[in-house]
Amino acid sequence: MISPDTAAIVIDALLFTFLVITALAIVQLRHLFAVVMLAGVFSLLSAGLFVSLDAVDVAFTEAAVGAGISTVLMLGTMALTAREEKKSPHPIFLPLLVCLVTGAALIYGTLDMPPFGSPDAPVQTHVAPDYIARTPVETGVPNIVTAVLASYRGYDTLGETTVIFTAVIAVLMLLGWDTKNRSLARNARRREEDREKGDEA
Amino acid sequence: MFFAILLALMVTMLLVIIRLFAGPTLYDRVLATNSFGTLTVLLIGLLGFLTERPEFLDIAMLYALINFVSTIAILKFFRYRDISRGLVQAPEEEQRNA
Repeated sequence: MISPDTAAIVIDALLFTFLVITALAIVQLRHLFAVVMLAGVFSLLSAGLFVSLDAVDVAFTEAAVGAGISTVLMLGTMALTAREEKKSPHPIFLPLLVCLVTGAALIYGTLDMPPFGSPDAPVQTHVAPDYIARTPVETGVPNIVTAVLASYRGYDTLGETTVIFTAVIAVLMLLGWDTKNRSLARNARRREEDREKGDEA
Repeated sequence: MFFAILLALMVTMLLVIIRLFAGPTLYDRVLATNSFGTLTVLLIGLLGFLTERPEFLDIAMLYALINFVSTIAILKFFRYRDISRGLVQAPEEEQRNA
């Protein structure tokens, strides 16, 4: 019988391996539909990792946005553009070098970090105890993250929501979302047909 | 016990990823993605019981719901190239869209 800790490490290691395999497959494949599906799997794998790191809410957002909404959005983009990825004319060595150097720098940056979940980490000793003590008394919200987002940083969250709302409206106006005929693909096809007719005339 | 489940789960995940990579048809890939979602549900349930927090099952159930909805969305997209369209349509609308 193995201990839960060992099992968790084994799960993490295997999930990371699958993550790397999926990423390599995404880079390798030219068939964009498969790439979109693999991106969904990548997102589900990250969600599994987040769950095993105890960040259940982050995992849920990752699964809903990464595997749900973005898959559909990317399929929508594919319907408007191409189904095969074109081969890049540039050599790969420079980007590969940049990636390797950045990755090495990031790993180097983690070396003097406190161990995962350590109670002495600065994040646990700086303002967190203060919030843990004040939140139940001041706001009455049982979840501290929710209390910080919706109460202590209420105006900030309102501003963020306004920015996202404005961005969505702007994108929808650019794409021509009319209320009678709610299909972006159909609108695009119609525009293309109109253009062809214009060319003939 | 947990080790056997873990091993089975990971082997299945790998097989599904291979199927996703190899294809060959579109529906193999849709089915593989759907199976992978189910495997994630199982993984979260397993993690919950492994760390003795069976309430993870609720989260796993939410994942099952998301997985179902996104599979329907993908399939709908390939049938109609459109997500906002209803699956059942009034006859005159169907004629117009044909």
